Amino acid sequence: MSVVERMKLWGLKKSPWVYHLNTGACNNCDIEILELLTPRFDVERLGVLLAPSPRHADALLVTGICTKQARPRLQEIYRQTPKPCLVVCIGACACTGGIFHDGWHFDGPVDEAIREVDPDAMIIYIPGCPPKPEAMIATIAKALGDL
Amino acid sequence: MAHRTLIPIGPYHPLQEEAEFFQLYVEGETVVDMDMRTSYNHRGIEGISMKRTWDQVPYVVERVCGICSASHPLAYVQAVEELAGAEVPERALYLRTIINELERIHSHLLWFGLAGHFIGFNTVFMWAWRYREPCLDALEIVTGSRVNYANHTIGGSRKDLTPEMVKAIRRNMDEIDGPLDMFITTCLEDPVLAVRLKNVGVLTEEAARRFGALGPTARASNIPIDVRRDDPYAAYDRLDWDVITCANGDVFDKVVVRLLEVKEAIKIIRQALDDLPEGPIQTPVKEVPPGEGVGHVEAPRGETFHFVKSNGGPRPERHKIRAPSFNNVPTFKASCIGQPIADVTITLAAVDPCYSCTERMLVARDASTGKELMTLSDLVRLSQQKTEEIRKNI
Repeated sequence: MSVVERMKLWGLKKSPWVYHLNTGACNNCDIEILELLTPRFDVERLGVLLAPSPRHADALLVTGICTKQARPRLQEIYRQTPKPCLVVCIGACACTGGIFHDGWHFDGPVDEAIREVDPDAMIIYIPGCPPKPEAMIATIAKALGDL
Repeated sequence: MAHRTLIPIGPYHPLQEEAEFFQLYVEGETVVDMDMRTSYNHRGIEGISMKRTWDQVPYVVERVCGICSASHPLAYVQAVEELAGAEVPERALYLRTIINELERIHSHLLWFGLAGHFIGFNTVFMWAWRYREPCLDALEIVTGSRVNYANHTIGGSRKDLTPEMVKAIRRNMDEIDGPLDMFITTCLEDPVLAVRLKNVGVLTEEAARRFGALGPTARASNIPIDVRRDDPYAAYDRLDWDVITCANGDVFDKVVVRLLEVKEAIKIIRQALDDLPEGPIQTPVKEVPPGEGVGHVEAPRGETFHFVKSNGGPRPERHKIRAPSFNNVPTFKASCIGQPIADVTITLAAVDPCYSCTERMLVARDASTGKELMTLSDLVRLSQQKTEEIRKNI
C-alpha cells in the first residue's frame, strides 16, 4: 500500500461522513439510523455526520434489499463517492436479502451490486432485523479501528 | 405565458428517508403541476406472502412498513380469524390494543420530529425523537424488540404482559405525558410554526372526500373517519376515547390532530392496563377453511386493509394489501398545486407518506407520455424466466 493510500485510509478514520441510502427497505433500519442522530445515541459526538450528497460521503449506509429499480442507482451513487469509501450493509435485507429473498423484485444482495462496480470495495455487514442502534455504533467503530 | 420549469426531486434525495421521485412543474416560485413515481421500494410482498404458510405471513407483512409493524399483522390476523371463525380471548384483544396504541404514539412523534426537521426547526426534531424513546423502551419491554414486534398471531397474542411490564408501561407513559403537553402548547403558541404551517397545503373537505383520504389526513380536513370507532376491533369499543378532528385541513391542523391523538392513545393505554382481564391469550386455530376474509385496522396513517383468500391449503391463495398512503399520496395534487416551492416540502411530508407501504403496483405509466415504465425487454426476460422455471419443474 502506497503512502498516499495509507494517508487516505487514515483520513477516513476521523469523523466519517455518512450518506444514507434506502434501496428497498421497510423503513425500520432507516428510522433506527435516524435514531442514531438524535439525543439518546447521538453519533455526532463521535464525528459522524449525515452528508447531503454522496460526493461528500466517507461511508454509504445501505439498507434494504437491492430492488431491480434501485440496483443501477446504487451503483451510480457508489461511483460518485470519493474512494476509499466504506459500504455499510445495514440489516438482514442488505446483507443477504433477508425475508424478501424470494421476492420477484429482488436483484441480488447489496454487496454483489457494489462488487460489480468495484471488486475491491470495503464492505461491512450489520445483521439484524433491524440491528439495534448500539450494534450499528459498535460495528462502525470496530470497522474504523481495523482500517 | 410564464416560463415553465421542471424541478426533479429524488429518487435519492437527502430530504427523503425512502426513494421516491417527484417532478414539480413550476412557474416562477409557484408549483403548477406535479407528478410522482415510485416502485424503488417495491419488494413484491403479496407474492412473497403467498409462498409462506398462514403462520409465517404475519412476520412478512410486519415488514411491509417498519413504522406500522403492528397494524399490518393485526389486519392480516383479523382477516384470517374471520375466515377461520376463531374467537379471540378477551385478554389478547386488550394486548393488541395496547401494542397498537404504543405504535401510534411512536409513529406520530416520529412524524412530528421529521416535520420539524423539514421546516428547519431542528429542536423539534431532536426533542420529539428524544421523548419518543420511552415509548420504544415500553415496546421493547413488552415485545422484545424496539420496532418489529412480532406479537400478533392468528388466534391471539404471542406474549403475555407480566405485572412488572404493566408497571413499566405506566411509568413510561408518565414520562411521555409531560413533554407531550409541552409540545402541544409550543405548537399552538409558537409564532414561527403558526406562520410556517397555517394555511399551507390546505386540503379541503371536498378534495379529501374526492381523493378518499384516510386517517389523520382526513380527520384534519373535518372528516371524522376512524376504523377504531366505525368498525371496532380489538378492545376499542370497551374503552372511552374520542376521534380528533380539525376543520381547516392545513398542515397546522395535521400537526394538531396527530399530537392530540397521541394524547388519546396514552388515555387508551392507561384504561386498557386498568381493565386488563385475566385469562388465556391464545386460541389454537388448527386449519383455515376455503373462503375469503377481510381485516382492516386504523394504522397511524389511516385504514390498512388486508384481503385473504384460502383454498383450504397451507398458504393463502391470494393476499391483497391496501395501505393508507395509497389513498393519501394522491392528495398532493390537491394540496401542493398553487403553493410556493418552499412550502411543498412540508406539504408532501404532511400526510406522512409511506412509500414502502404503498408500492404494490407492477406496471406504471407516465402521465404525460403514456409510456410504460416497465420496458419490453423486462417483460421478455420475465416471460423467458417463467418458461425456464416450467421446464425445470417438468
